[in-house]
Amino acid sequence: MVLDAKIPDGPLAEKWTRHRFDLKLVNPANKRKYNIIIVGTGLAGASAAASLAELGYNVNTFSYHESPRRAHSIAAQGGINAAKNYPNDGDSIFRLFYDTIKGGDYRSREANVYRLAEVSNAIIDQCVAQGVPFAREYGGLLDNRSFGGAQVSRTFYARGQTGQQLLLGAYSAFVRQMKSGKVKFHPRHEMLDLVLVDGHAKGIITRNLVTGEIRSHAADAVILATGGYGNVFFLSTNAMASNATAIWRAHKKGAFFANPCFTQIHPTCIPLSSDHQSKLTLMSESLRNDGRVWVPKKKGDSRSPNDIPEEERDYYLERIYPSFGNLVPRDVASRRAKEMCDTGHGVGPTGLAVYLDFKDVIARNGKQWVADKYGNLFDMYKQITGENPYDVPMRIYPAVHYTMGGLWVDYNLMSTIPGLFVLGEANFSDHGANRLGASALMQGLADGYFIIPYTIGDYLAKHPGGGTDTNQGSFKTTTQEVEEKLNQLLAVDGSQTVDEIHKKLGHILWEYVGMARNREGLEKALKLIPQLRETFWKEVKVPGTVNELNPELEKAGRVADFLELGELMARDALHREESCGGHFREEYQTEENEALRNDEQFTYVAAWEFRGPGEPAKLHKEDLIFENVELTTRSYK
Amino acid sequence: MQVFLKVWRQADAKSEGQFVTYTVENVTEDMSFFEMLDMLNNQLVLKGEEPIAFDHDCREGICGTCGLFINGRAHGPLRGITTCQLHMRSFNDGDSIVVEPWRAEAFPVIKDLIVDRTAFDRIMSAGGYISVNTGGVPDANTIPVPKPKADEAFDAAACIGCGACVATCKNSSAMLFVAAKVSHLALLPQGQVERKQRALNLIAAMDMEGFGACTNTGACEIECPKEISLVHIARLNREFLKASLI
Ligand SMILES: Cc1cc2nc3c(=O)[nH]c(=O)nc-3n(C[C@H](O)[C@H](O)[C@H](O)COP(=O)(O)OP(=O)(O)OC[C@H]3O[C@@H](n4cnc5c(N)ncnc54)[C@H](O)[C@@H]3O)c2cc1C
Ligand code: SF4
Ligand code: FES
Repeated sequence: MVLDAKIPDGPLAEKWTRHRFDLKLVNPANKRKYNIIIVGTGLAGASAAASLAELGYNVNTFSYHESPRRAHSIAAQGGINAAKNYPNDGDSIFRLFYDTIKGGDYRSREANVYRLAEVSNAIIDQCVAQGVPFAREYGGLLDNRSFGGAQVSRTFYARGQTGQQLLLGAYSAFVRQMKSGKVKFHPRHEMLDLVLVDGHAKGIITRNLVTGEIRSHAADAVILATGGYGNVFFLSTNAMASNATAIWRAHKKGAFFANPCFTQIHPTCIPLSSDHQSKLTLMSESLRNDGRVWVPKKKGDSRSPNDIPEEERDYYLERIYPSFGNLVPRDVASRRAKEMCDTGHGVGPTGLAVYLDFKDVIARNGKQWVADKYGNLFDMYKQITGENPYDVPMRIYPAVHYTMGGLWVDYNLMSTIPGLFVLGEANFSDHGANRLGASALMQGLADGYFIIPYTIGDYLAKHPGGGTDTNQGSFKTTTQEVEEKLNQLLAVDGSQTVDEIHKKLGHILWEYVGMARNREGLEKALKLIPQLRETFWKEVKVPGTVNELNPELEKAGRVADFLELGELMARDALHREESCGGHFREEYQTEENEALRNDEQFTYVAAWEFRGPGEPAKLHKEDLIFENVELTTRSYK
Repeated sequence: MQVFLKVWRQADAKSEGQFVTYTVENVTEDMSFFEMLDMLNNQLVLKGEEPIAFDHDCREGICGTCGLFINGRAHGPLRGITTCQLHMRSFNDGDSIVVEPWRAEAFPVIKDLIVDRTAFDRIMSAGGYISVNTGGVPDANTIPVPKPKADEAFDAAACIGCGACVATCKNSSAMLFVAAKVSHLALLPQGQVERKQRALNLIAAMDMEGFGACTNTGACEIECPKEISLVHIARLNREFLKASLI
C-alpha cells in the first residue's frame, strides 16, 4: 500500500484555499441525514462536535469522563500560539510555520504545518467571541508573551489556566448544541472497539462505565479525538485516565500508527518523591524565563542548595548554550538534565533532580514581582513538596508530557481506514519529532473548528448518509470480541494488580525508550515488554464484575493496550537510526552531544501497520518533501 | 504513620450505603490523600476485596473531577485546594478520617464516593454560553475589554465545576456555580446581548434540577477550591432582578 497524504498542489500559501474549493460539499438540506460519531470531547472533540452540529450534522459524542469539561485539555497551563503579530515584533504566518517545522526537527509535513499557522489567527478570534478571558493589556487589547524559547511574543494566555479557559469555551459551544439536540453526549462511556462495514469506519462499541452495558453505535463516519498516550510510561503529566485504547484498537482494525516513538519529555516537572507516586506535575515552562537552572559542580554534593557558593555551581544550560541559555527547547533541556544526573550531579533525596533557582530574580525585582507572575505555580510547588521556592530553589526533573506520534492521517485528517478521522493529540500530524510549547492547543482547535468541518464533508458527500445500522457488518462479532476480552481480564484472577504491572511497563519504557535510547537498550525492551505482557495475562488480578462500575477493569483494558503499544514504540525507536527532536539515539550524536539527524535516510514518517497478534508490525514510509524550508541543524548555542 | 479511615461504601444508586473502617499503615507525609487511597485499594484488590471507588483524574486541581467530604469538610481541611491537592502531611499519626461523597439530591451517588454531577452540564446547556457559531467572528482585538473587567471575569471563569459549593450548602444550592458563569459572561462585552435571558434561564434550570435556594450562609465561598467570591452571587441576584423586571 502506498501512503497518499493527499497534499494539494500549488504554492504552499495557496494549498488550503485551493483545497477547500476542490473539496466536495454536502448540500445543506442533506446534512441532517448524516450521523457522525465523535469519541473524545476535549479541545479537539468538543470543538469539532459543536462546529459540525452548527453545520447541521447529527453528532453523537462519547467520553469516559462525566462531562466534556473534565478532559485533559483542561490542564494545559502556558498558552496558545497564533500568528497575529499584535506585538509588531516580526511574526507572520510563515514565521510560525517555519518555527514549528524547525522545532519539530523537520519530521512533519510542510503543507499541514503551514495550514496550522494559517488558521491559528481565526482560533483566537473564535475564542474571544465565545468569551474566553485571555490576558489583556491596560488598553483593553490582548496581551502576548514569548513562550518556549520563541523569539517573538505570539502566545495568548489566560493566567496559568489557558487550557481550562479554552476548553470551557469549546464546552460552551458544545452544550449549546446539546440543547438544540444536534449533539448527543454519552458521559462515562468508553469506546472499546471500532466497527468497519465494507472496509469503512461505520461505528463503535462502547461500555457504559456505570452499568457495564456494552452497546453498538452506527454512523456515517467516526472521529477519534481521544488525546495522547503518554501514560504508557505510567508516570507522566497526563491525567490518570488518559490512555491509548481508542487509537490502539483502531490501529488493530487497520489504521496505521505513525511515529509512535516520538514522545516529548518536559524538562520542568516536580521530581518523583517515592514509589507510590501516581503522577507527575508540570511546572510551567514559563518559569525558565526567570529561573536559572544549575547543579553543584561537585558530584554527590549533599549540602543544602543555599550553602553552595556561587563558584561551586554549574549553570550548565547557560554554560553550554550561551545564546539561548535557560530557554533552549524542551528536548535539549531535558536531555541535559538527565546527563547531569547520570554523571552524579543530581540533587535531592533521589539524585534525580536539578535546581531551578529564583534567587537572582527575587534580588533584582523583589518577591512581590515574582509572586505576581508565578504565585500560583509557587503555591502549587509548595503544596506538593512542602518546600518554599521563595527561600530554596525548586527541584525539577523531566517527565513524559506529550506524544507527537499517533494515528497516521492524510491532509484531510483521515486515517488509513476510510471514514475514520483523527484529531488533536491522537493523530501524528503537525509536530514532527518535537512539539513547541503552546502549539498543541492550537492544533487541537485548528483540527476541530477549522479543518474537519471542511474535510469530512468531502468524504460524506461521496457516500449517502444514514445507510448504516447496527445489524449490519461486523457489529455483532465485534461486540462479542469486546465482551470476550473483558471476561478474559476478569478470569485471570492472578496475584498482581493492574497498577503494579503498569508500573513495571513504565520502568522499562522510561529506562530504554525514554530520554536517551540505544540499540542495546531497545533490543532489551523488545524482549522485556512481551514477557511482561505474558505476565499480565497470567498474573493480573481484576476484582468485581463486568456489570458494574469497575475502575480496575477499566484500567486493566487500557494497560493491556499499553503493553502492546509499548512494544511498537520500542520497535519504531530502534528502526530510526538517527536522533531527531525528542528521539535521541545515543549512537547518533555530534561531538558536542547534540542530536544528529540523518536526512538522507530518515526524512519520512514511519507508519506502522498491524499484522496480527504476536506478528511484528509492518513499516510503511511516507517521504517528507521540503520545498519551502531548508533542512538545517538546530543550534541553540 | 498510620491512619484510620471511615469510608462511605455504597454499591450503586439504589442500594443503601454504610461506613466501613480501614486501617492504613505506612502512610508517608509526602503522599497525597489519593495516593494513600491508591495504596489502600491496591491492598484491597490483592486481598480479593472491592476497592473504594472515587472520582479523580488530573490530580492537580483543575479538572474538577475529584471531590470528597473529609471530616465534614468539602475537599478536606485546607482552604483553596481540591481533594487531589491534599497531602497526608495535613494529618497526624493515628488520626481518624471520615470520608464521604458529596451529598445533595441533585447529585445522586453512583457508587461509594462517586456522584453524578451531570446536572451541571444541563444547567450550562440552558444558557451558559455566548451564541456564536464557528467562523465569521470579528478580529479578536476589535473587542477591547478593560483589564480590571477581564480580570474579574477571569476570577469567575476559574470555576472548575466540582460541586463543593453544593455539597457544603445546607440547602444544596448551586448558586455559586451558576453565579460564576453568569458573572463571567455579564462582565464581558461579548456577553451583553444575551445577558438578561442567560440569568433567567440558568436560574430556571438550576431550580428544575432540584438544587435548593440560596439563603446567603456563605459556606460555599469558604469551601470553594477556586475561592470564587460571594460577590458573584450578589451580581447574579442583581442580574436576575433586572431581567425579571421587564
Ligand atoms: C500538564 C499539561 C500542560 C499542557 N500545557 C500546554 C500548553 O500550555 N499549551 C499547549 O499548546 N499544549 C499544552 N499541553 C498539551 C495539550 O494540553 C494537549 O495536547 C491537548 O489538550 C490534547 O487535547 P485533545 O482534545 O487531543 O485530547 P484530550 O483533552 O486529552 O481529550 C481526550 C478526550 O477523549 C476521551 N477519550 C479518550 N479515550 C476514550 C475512549 N476510549 N472512549 C471514550 N472517550 C475517550 C476523553 O474522555 C476526553 O474527552 C499540556 C499538556 C499537559 C499534560
Ligand atoms: S463555584 Fe467553586 S465550589 Fe462551586 S463548582 Fe465552582 S469551583 Fe467548585
Ligand atoms: S482530580 Fe482534577 S481537580 Fe482533583
